[in-house]
Amino acid sequence: MTTTQTNNLKKAIEIDGLNFFYGATRSLRDINLNIFDKKVTAFIGPSGCGKSTLLRTLNRMYDLYPGQRAEGKIIYKGKNILDADQDINLLRAKVGMVFQKPTPFPMSVYDNIAFGVRLYENLSKGEMDERVEWALKKAAIWTEVKDKLNKSGLSLSGGQQQRLCIARGVSVKPEILLLDEPTSALDPISTVKIEELIHELKEEYTIAIVTHNMQQAARCSDFTAYMYLGELVEFGETDHIFMNPVKKETQDYITGRFG
Amino acid sequence: MTGEHSSKQYDHDLETIRSKVLLMGGLVESHFHDAMSCFRTGNADQAEAVIQSDLEVNRLEVALDDMCSHLIVKRQPAANDLRTVMATGKVITDLERIGDESTKIARISKEANMNRRGASMFNGYDTVRVLAGSVADMLHHSLDAFARLDDAKAVQLIAQDAIIDNDFRSIMRNLITFMMEDPSTITSSLNTMWVAKAIERIADHAKNIAEHTIYIVEGKDIRHSDYVAIKQDQKIDNE
Repeated sequence: MTTTQTNNLKKAIEIDGLNFFYGATRSLRDINLNIFDKKVTAFIGPSGCGKSTLLRTLNRMYDLYPGQRAEGKIIYKGKNILDADQDINLLRAKVGMVFQKPTPFPMSVYDNIAFGVRLYENLSKGEMDERVEWALKKAAIWTEVKDKLNKSGLSLSGGQQQRLCIARGVSVKPEILLLDEPTSALDPISTVKIEELIHELKEEYTIAIVTHNMQQAARCSDFTAYMYLGELVEFGETDHIFMNPVKKETQDYITGRFG
Repeated sequence: MTGEHSSKQYDHDLETIRSKVLLMGGLVESHFHDAMSCFRTGNADQAEAVIQSDLEVNRLEVALDDMCSHLIVKRQPAANDLRTVMATGKVITDLERIGDESTKIARISKEANMNRRGASMFNGYDTVRVLAGSVADMLHHSLDAFARLDDAKAVQLIAQDAIIDNDFRSIMRNLITFMMEDPSTITSSLNTMWVAKAIERIADHAKNIAEHTIYIVEGKDIRHSDYVAIKQDQKIDNE
């Protein structure tokens, strides 16, 4: 991609010379990439290419595991979030994450949302009610759950659970949402709803999505990064990557000539 | 095609489409050749055979269109595969139109033969012989470029279409002169003019096929652009 096309775009995150290690194994190799503000960036590539790892570095999810470490720079708001003095809770409030399998807490629908909000903000009952409704509406699930806010989050269907998790992610008003294969466990109708949601959310949020479904990447992203064996092979506008990629490796992968 | 798909059936489907397009191209080429030979001899039976065989070309167009739609719905092709399928859909339209032009030539030949009174002073076939030869070559090469995904050849063919257009205009002037000099040649001159026009249209379709080939190879839609002029300037600069 020529630089002129992205010059006018604001960068939400700048990744510069990023390496990642699982113990002695290096699983990301010198990644340089910009994630643009209020755009959807999709990461595609075969299993084990490092796309989920990359996503997990963006809110330091890997910190939970000993022996995993990242080197290089991830600049978010002028600061390298890999620095030791980074407040991780604050980072995760600003950079939310939704996982492959829906992970509602074993509590009511209402508390699933309120739980996260209480960690960061001190809201009155009325304000909290408003925030829960707002988040559920943002995640396009309000009409389905408004009469069962006191029921367990686990009683919802898979698609509803996933949208509940997105609502939970949205509720703390993050700036960036990381979606790690958010629809791989969902049926086509729920998948469409999540994709519609991504489309609406990008008005206000920057989104990074990892997906194995290439049509999904083509449908809902503005930029696509193709990764293989821990390296960024090609990054560019999604339309360009899927119509006429520059690299042969990218073309082979997206046309199914891989492996 | 570059490499093989993980799915053998996908490769097979693409290859079937490709070979059917080339079969259709071969048919269309031979119909044009036969139509020109009808125009030379005025053989009404042969003309009728050309008109009938166009039905086979039409059938192939419908079948290929269907195969392309099915491939899209089943495989969701991307990148070069998608471009191949999209371009194929357009190439078969051009081939079908070429078939129609050949049918037109055959029909004119048949009618001209029935209306022929005595030995004509005027030989229509000789007037268009050179043009028909160039266009037959151009059609052959455009199918060749499509089959081999040869974008350099496609650029040459697109440039060649301008020469064909010029040749057509000079034939037209020539025929107008004939008609002014001797009004008894008007009927045969007009028939020759329609045939020349049909040949010129075939060259336009061959040019379209060359443009689709460039789209497959480079991913650029060069229709209605100055792409070829720029390419040729570059070539001259390099020499």
